Amino acid sequence: MQEYTLLGSKPTRHGFGEGLVELGERYDNVVVLGGDITGSVMTSLFKKRFPDRFFSIGIAEQNATTIAAGLALSGKIPFFASYGAFCALRNADQLRISCCYNEANVKIGGGHSGISVGPDGATHQVLEEVAYLRTLPHMTLVVPADFQQTRQATIAVGEMTGPAYIRFGRSPVPMFVKEDTPFELGKALVMKEGSDVALIACGALVWESMLAAEELAKQGIGARVINLHTIKPFDVESVVQAARDCGAIVTAEEHQVHAGLGGAVAEVCAKNAPVPIEFVGVKDSFGGSGDPIELMRNFGLTWKEIYASALQAIKRRDNGSTGYHAVRDVAVYREGSNVEELSQS
Amino acid sequence: MSSENKRQSAEALSDIAKEIRRDIIRMLLEAGSGHSGGPLGITDVFAALYFGGIMNYDPSDPDWSERDRFVLSAGHMCPVLYATLANAGFFAKDELMTLRKYNTRLQGHPGRDMGLPGIETSSGSLGQGISIAVGMAMSDKLLEHSKRKVFAMTGDGELQEGSVWEAAMAAAHFKLDNFCWIIDNNDCQIDGRLREVMDVYPIDDKCRSFGFDTLIVDGHDFDELYKAFDLFLANLNNGSGKPTAIIAKTYMGKGVSFMEDRFEWHGKPPNAEQADIALNELT
Repeated sequence: MQEYTLLGSKPTRHGFGEGLVELGERYDNVVVLGGDITGSVMTSLFKKRFPDRFFSIGIAEQNATTIAAGLALSGKIPFFASYGAFCALRNADQLRISCCYNEANVKIGGGHSGISVGPDGATHQVLEEVAYLRTLPHMTLVVPADFQQTRQATIAVGEMTGPAYIRFGRSPVPMFVKEDTPFELGKALVMKEGSDVALIACGALVWESMLAAEELAKQGIGARVINLHTIKPFDVESVVQAARDCGAIVTAEEHQVHAGLGGAVAEVCAKNAPVPIEFVGVKDSFGGSGDPIELMRNFGLTWKEIYASALQAIKRRDNGSTGYHAVRDVAVYREGSNVEELSQS
Repeated sequence: MSSENKRQSAEALSDIAKEIRRDIIRMLLEAGSGHSGGPLGITDVFAALYFGGIMNYDPSDPDWSERDRFVLSAGHMCPVLYATLANAGFFAKDELMTLRKYNTRLQGHPGRDMGLPGIETSSGSLGQGISIAVGMAMSDKLLEHSKRKVFAMTGDGELQEGSVWEAAMAAAHFKLDNFCWIIDNNDCQIDGRLREVMDVYPIDDKCRSFGFDTLIVDGHDFDELYKAFDLFLANLNNGSGKPTAIIAKTYMGKGVSFMEDRFEWHGKPPNAEQADIALNELT
């Protein structure tokens, strides 16, 4: 199994921009639509390299999404990118009818996702779109975790047929995926093996889960870290396997805790392998202005919450709250015990 | 089939339109639900488009790469599109009687997933078809440098959807002289007259200010319709860089006396007795 180490940091939007240029080089029918913020979402790289295949649509996301469907029905592979707040929800009906019902080969790049957008505040920090997009028939939905994985995912959605959405962010996040790390749509990337608790995350919370796993290891708790980059189609097998092997799960995402990655994991586990699940995410609130790191900390989206949630999930499992794992021989967590006590038990 | 040199007389088109209208009545009676008024009102425009030598298409090869494309943005008007396509030979007329039934290729609003020949896109959520058509026209003109034509038909109530004007803006911005926007101006929507529900007039001035070469015509006069389509063909062939808008003044329910210009016939089918009267009037 590949070891993942910190390779620096870079915004995932760079991976999108660079992946698009690579796609443009490979395929003549890849075209890009701009929505006025092409520098922010890095489609400006494609515009510079392939000016004849770039079309500026202006601040009109409904139109851009639907024009993309028309281009797709004409054999083109159109990408339209904007801030996720505007290209996943303002155009929700266009995505549903013109893209998904039509099975049109439209690709949407949703940038500036989550609260790590920073100072722009709540209007521009989309935290709800995964919930919507994962219910759309025919849709493929990817939430890659770092620069390289975003690049890989961009190329992968360009090479598949059908509507797809790729979610990425504005601020630098840790890099750990290498160019030769495998990427397959719909197949989760297990980044660390373990069988005491499974940490299932997407986007920026993947690296935080790795940090949480390191801390858990210090307590003798082996955490499996799953980078669940594709929300749809969902990797049922990897999640069910994790539930069966570990009996306790934490999900972590830079999104509302409701109906996103955590919701998807809960649906699959409820049906196939009911285990205690703890959910790390934004707790039914809007974002706000601030420094990205400060916001992530204040909204409870760091390794610390994942770590605490892991202990809680293990405790629930060992109390037999679901009956799935009645007895466990690892880390018996007692009410009020601190980390030191835990490590001794 | 290059149908451009097969322009038919107004009398011939009138007969074809009557047959399409009869089919619409039969389909809706069989379906027991659906829109009567609008499809009957716009039938003459469909007859001109598909049988007047305006569009190039090949019913035996519906995906023919050189075909012109028609997008019905006002998806609820689909009975007239289905009846027109069947009369043009895209599929057998028997299939018209499956309208709105389970598993039919003739969905209540066009569904591309059902694979009915001649249906270019799903539509029915108002305001979207015109943007799809603009995307198609961009592909044809800007990426493939072809003179293939793209038509979009919207209703007039549909103009209340803001994104229609985003599409109009883009059509002019990209100089899509291969794009023809047909507006069915029957002045009826479900809740009443346009001015009562939300006034969209003046439509022609709006289209002109958005950069369209715009013509208002009597949507039941084939000579006027030909004149309007000739304007579009001239724009295309001269490379004018201007998209064309044709505002077709029509009467909802045209051809059936008790339905004509009555908005209560927007969204309901005739019963057996009404259908009999209608079919008699349409002979």
